Amino acid sequence: MLRFLTAVIRRDLKLAARRRGDWLTSQFFFVMVVSMFPLGIGPDPAMLAKVGAGVVWVAALLASLLSLSRLFADDHRDGSLEQMLLSPNPPVLLALGKALAHWLIYGIPLLLIAPILGVQFALPADAIAVLMLSLLIGSPVLSLLGSVGAALTLGLRGGGVLLTLLILPLYVPALIFGAGAVDAAVAGLGAEANLSLLAAFMVMTLLVSPWVAAAALRVSIE
Amino acid sequence: MNLAIFKYAAPMTFYRLAGRMIPWFAWGAGILTAIGLYIAFFVAPTDFQQGEAYRVIFIHVPAAWMSMFIYLVMAFWSAVGLAWNTRLSFMMARALAPTGMVFAFLSLWTGALWGKPMWGAWWVWDARLTSSLILLFLYVGIMSLWSAIDDPRRGDRAGALLTLVGAINVPIIYFSVQWWNTLHQGATISMTKAPSMAATMLIGMLVMAFAAWFYAIATSLVRVRGIILERERHTEWAAEILEGK
Amino acid sequence: MQWASWSEFWAMGGYGLYVWGSYGAALIVILIEIISLRRGQRQTLQRLKRMKTWESE
Repeated sequence: MLRFLTAVIRRDLKLAARRRGDWLTSQFFFVMVVSMFPLGIGPDPAMLAKVGAGVVWVAALLASLLSLSRLFADDHRDGSLEQMLLSPNPPVLLALGKALAHWLIYGIPLLLIAPILGVQFALPADAIAVLMLSLLIGSPVLSLLGSVGAALTLGLRGGGVLLTLLILPLYVPALIFGAGAVDAAVAGLGAEANLSLLAAFMVMTLLVSPWVAAAALRVSIE
Repeated sequence: MNLAIFKYAAPMTFYRLAGRMIPWFAWGAGILTAIGLYIAFFVAPTDFQQGEAYRVIFIHVPAAWMSMFIYLVMAFWSAVGLAWNTRLSFMMARALAPTGMVFAFLSLWTGALWGKPMWGAWWVWDARLTSSLILLFLYVGIMSLWSAIDDPRRGDRAGALLTLVGAINVPIIYFSVQWWNTLHQGATISMTKAPSMAATMLIGMLVMAFAAWFYAIATSLVRVRGIILERERHTEWAAEILEGK
Repeated sequence: MQWASWSEFWAMGGYGLYVWGSYGAALIVILIEIISLRRGQRQTLQRLKRMKTWESE
């Protein structure tokens, strides 16, 4: 079982390494969206520090949705998704593996880029640390919930926008706890409460969403 | 309730039954609305705190209740459909969604119009308002998923899964927004408590809630009949109806 | 009865805009839903009938 899981993850990592362009697009999207905000709202450092966490988090949601629309699409097109679903391995593991691979490929870079953006937004050093920590805990939620949406919208016309419409409302708790942790740190209140709530939400999505995504895959494939 | 009805009963039976029930619920909704409006405007006294503005609650509270209640019913039918593979329950979920969305919109609209004179703002990012907004987004998402999927079988199941995920998520969203509100104290406005309600106000509200309930049943039955007919068009009984009419 | 006149009724103690804005919106939205429901029903019937005749030909 574990072998299957790691095989799914390794396969996606290899495929992603072969298509670096897609990967870069998503990261640049993240950076660009965040960089637009100071141009829109003005360069006042105090204000930027106040909105920074929220902006980075919202951009992270959008960037992850951008890449999620392709999560199952390529495997669906060449028929390998169907093969994997027909294999005796449990589809839950397939869904989990795909989501984890997405997190490794697209989630981890987000939190590595985030400090640079945090500096742009005049966030203090400890707030930047909390921002990274909140993205570390919260970005699996984005991949996991997003995998449900990607499975539901597999092969539909306008799948990308539809995916955003379906999943963005479900991301709300992660956004609130994640950005809230940084805000609390900026205000000197301590981020532990927010981070532990975020972690609880992450664990819950980890337990629930692979099953839903697997069911959705079966619905979409048959 | 006997689930076997939904599994084995021919959609034909339900189609006919729904056809007979619709006028009752439609008339019931009309009469209850008339009574409710009479109580709302001519029986219920002026509130000593809020003046006449409180009369918005006779439409706001029932709309807010129904938007949540209809979502719960949709989640129930989705769960039944996924568990027992009953086609009729998926169709019920589909038929309910547009009415639920209408009520979700109305609860937001009337909430804004009530909030302006009471709190001095059309909109505050309070837990209840924000989760109502998210609820509206969920309705929109589910309905656009249905409209994007042509295959009815796939659409039924995909919509049901999304409905259930949303149902799990709504309480979490409500909690998280409430939590978020306590952090951002600058923006909070002390919510005026519901006015100590006179009995007539409560009765008026309940009557209006029942009217909304009957209305929702009537509209969803009309809709479900359309869906049944469309899916069963190759059967003999549906052909008879199509030729007869 | 608490309204001395119709104008007082429509004024709603100065909150007329808010109260009638709510009830008016509810009326409009519900009318739209009922009308679109009727039209949808009729269109479905017509479409299915058309499909029927095509299929039988």
